[in-house]
Amino acid sequence: MKRVASLVVAFLVLGTLLYAENPLLINGAGASFPNPVYSKWFDEFHTKNPNVQFNYQSVGSGAGIKQVTDGIVDFGASDMPMTDELIKAFQDKRGTSILHFPTVLGAAVPSYNVPGVTATLNFTPEALAGIYLGKITKWNDPALTSANKGVNLPANDIVVVHRSDGSGTTFIWTDYLSKVSSEWKNKGASISWPVGLGGKGSEGVTGLLKSTPNSIGYVELIYAVQNNVTFGTVKNAAGTFVKADLASVSAAAAGAAKDMPADFRVSITNPPGAKAYPISSFTWLLVPQKFQDANKREAVKKFLYWMIGDGQKDVEALSYAKLPKEVVDKEKKAVDGIQ
Amino acid sequence: MATSTTTLKGARPSSDSRSFLSRLASGDELARLITMIFAATVVLITVMVVWELWINSALPRHKFGLRFLITDVWDPLADQFGALPFIYGTLVTSGVALLIAVPLGIGAAIFLAELAPPRISDTLQFFIDLLAAVPSVIYGLLGFLVVVPMMRSVIFPALNKPLGFLPIFKGPSYGVGFLTAGIVLAMMVIPYIISVSREVLLSVPRDQREAALALGSTRWESTWKVVVPFAKTGIFGSIFLALARALGETMAVTMVIGNTPKVAASLFSPGYSIAAVIANEFTEATGDLYTQSLFELGLVLFLMTFILNGLARLLIIVTTQRGSGMGNL
Amino acid sequence: MNARLRWRKFVSNFMLGMTGVCAVVSVGVLFLILGYLLYNGGTSVNWDFFTKLPKPVGESGGGMANAIVGSAKLLLAASLVGVPIGFFGGIYLAEFSGSFTASIVRYAADLLNGVPSIVVGIFAYSIAVLPFKHFSTLAGAFALGIMMIPITLRSTEEFLKSIPRNLREGAMALGASKWKTIASVVVPAAYRGILTSILLALARVAGETAPLLFTAFGNSRWSSGWSQPTSSLPVMIYNYAVSPYEDWHRQAWAAGLVLLGLILIINIVARTILSRGIAVPRS
Repeated sequence: MKRVASLVVAFLVLGTLLYAENPLLINGAGASFPNPVYSKWFDEFHTKNPNVQFNYQSVGSGAGIKQVTDGIVDFGASDMPMTDELIKAFQDKRGTSILHFPTVLGAAVPSYNVPGVTATLNFTPEALAGIYLGKITKWNDPALTSANKGVNLPANDIVVVHRSDGSGTTFIWTDYLSKVSSEWKNKGASISWPVGLGGKGSEGVTGLLKSTPNSIGYVELIYAVQNNVTFGTVKNAAGTFVKADLASVSAAAAGAAKDMPADFRVSITNPPGAKAYPISSFTWLLVPQKFQDANKREAVKKFLYWMIGDGQKDVEALSYAKLPKEVVDKEKKAVDGIQ
Repeated sequence: MATSTTTLKGARPSSDSRSFLSRLASGDELARLITMIFAATVVLITVMVVWELWINSALPRHKFGLRFLITDVWDPLADQFGALPFIYGTLVTSGVALLIAVPLGIGAAIFLAELAPPRISDTLQFFIDLLAAVPSVIYGLLGFLVVVPMMRSVIFPALNKPLGFLPIFKGPSYGVGFLTAGIVLAMMVIPYIISVSREVLLSVPRDQREAALALGSTRWESTWKVVVPFAKTGIFGSIFLALARALGETMAVTMVIGNTPKVAASLFSPGYSIAAVIANEFTEATGDLYTQSLFELGLVLFLMTFILNGLARLLIIVTTQRGSGMGNL
Repeated sequence: MNARLRWRKFVSNFMLGMTGVCAVVSVGVLFLILGYLLYNGGTSVNWDFFTKLPKPVGESGGGMANAIVGSAKLLLAASLVGVPIGFFGGIYLAEFSGSFTASIVRYAADLLNGVPSIVVGIFAYSIAVLPFKHFSTLAGAFALGIMMIPITLRSTEEFLKSIPRNLREGAMALGASKWKTIASVVVPAAYRGILTSILLALARVAGETAPLLFTAFGNSRWSSGWSQPTSSLPVMIYNYAVSPYEDWHRQAWAAGLVLLGLILIINIVARTILSRGIAVPRS
């Protein structure tokens, strides 16, 4: 009896020890595309505001949309703007609308791991579509060699890598492919792929790229940079082969920034512009318009104001492009509208 | 599994024939009720699991019916869901696992039961029990960071160069795939085959062996031709148990199978299993049909393991009872 | 000795030798796993690992302090679910129930035992996450606790049943009621066995990842209380292992070493206690 009692007491003591008076925790989930900058932001914001913690899980845009719709996380994140059906579903379920807040501009780059090839390869839209359709199967296919004279491409089979989870990056990639190829029909976060291996998250795809010879995959720019994975240029609508970087991504957003719709949902793939990188995209935080919890609402609003202001200073170091000024101005008004 | 507890004859709960009031007074009725509630909770939880699986898969069950099991397409965008690629992947990886684990496991069990002196046998069994305790995610860690590169650099060339004309060994190899998952699964199920087979082999009565040896057979012949067939049913039981474990394995398989919902003949091609697709897609399944299709996959998996576990237990009980029954002659 | 006999003897020795090889290979897998973990993760199990939080993506350093505490909390809460149900249920089966009810309960427990861990995960999601609208430590503990129940239930029943009848009868002859007999004589006698099986059940669920993916979810910072999502060692290993960052791989190996080390130690301790003395009645 005594032993049982002492065990119970020990449990309770342990339990209370492990329970500490907590700062406010706000949970979010979604895109892996911007995860490097989001994790930096939330870390920095916490240092400046110790009584607020943001917990962000990089589980893919699809999961972010679902979980914020089900109300299981406080906010979501996605590189794919929610479709009208998804927005309606959110409204039906939660009784309020969902707002999109652009955070950064990024790029999906064709990264590859071909033994012996260290040069930056040039990819035409036809080449990329052909590879992902499974029509172009070898690295020394004419579609690739013709754009890369002087590079010795081996006769190896191409290992295609794509996302296995519902991904905004997939949306960006397939959105682009559907614009440039008449054969590519599927556009979305979670499609049926003709060929290839599935990696979970941008992290998983990069992991597969690094460890699988002769592979090609699409990931956000920073993942290729941070992990020393070679990536190539893409021919844009104006006919130039452009490599993704701050300037080319900002150029892609230039046109959209002026005509930004009120709900910030816009696609900037394959834009006009000689210097634009064709597979660029905004990425958004998905925030409900109404918050039940006043503390959470204030914390989220504070973060959003900070994010479009000081927060933007961190993004270029991580190879994301800043939000254009016109967008920032519009966003400030939108943040005011969160109740 | 190293020790089997025996119920001493007569150690049954003593039947209580006092009157209800007297039982109530002594507090026994209360104790009985309280413990009964806890026991009932177990049944309640089990029923709830089955119920939730059934209820949460209603949409696809009505929409697709039994076609769900044979449709090859998994396309969330088009609302087309078919379980075939996942059932195929689950069965193929488990099949490969058994092909590797069964000979190794039975061989080791024979060694432990027939050849090794009791101390060594017990020590080795102890290590096997520890092996059974290694969690799935650690096998996955090893699988992804060690077996996958090994597959690419050693195993694929070794099999593909001489045997590449066979459909099951056709390239290309990605490192991940059915065979890799099968190898990792094999490591995970060997302990189950060894533990159970060793026990059933040990329960074969001595006179069987001795009779064979007395008739002039070699040690191996008496083992392989007399003892093992005697324990055959129990050994099959252990194989079913191992299969049931392999079917439900999630983490280790997810990390090395390639996450591609396709039915393909080659063992080197990437695939998908039921457990892996649920793990990957459950948190992002938007829309009821999608989510419920994943629940239906869970239901299918549950049924598969349920049937196998039941068969396994039946076979094991039959063997050990038969063995101990004859030993009492 | 004719040629045929020589051949048979050769086959016999060869095959028996092969079985030895099988045994060595099978046991060798355990040491292979330990070896790889030690080699790749040994140097990374340092003070930082146990005390620091994970760093933002791409930055090196940091540790898994929140995952370790998270796992501890999950196991604590899981045992509060799994142990009482298993323990008291086992008492019911061993001491009170008739054989028909007992077989139903046992069958249910065996069924529950066979449910794949991912299915437990989606079950726990629909029961403990969706209705409450958030991921939580409690939901994760619920999922793990369910998996502990069959083990604790069956072991409690078996250990109680192995207590010889005369012990109970002696107590009753001295006038003790049934429940008093159970509480002060039978259970203490089986105490060791029951405790070790609780330990084994804990070791079993300590490494489970799949059920936590949809319940405890994950947390990049400290999780306080019981209704917030929490990080855990197995989930961290999973996330870090498939990532491209070398630093994360290093930490995954270290976490694997710590996790497996803990599980193996619990198993070794529990099994040694079990094999030494199974419920020896103290006089």
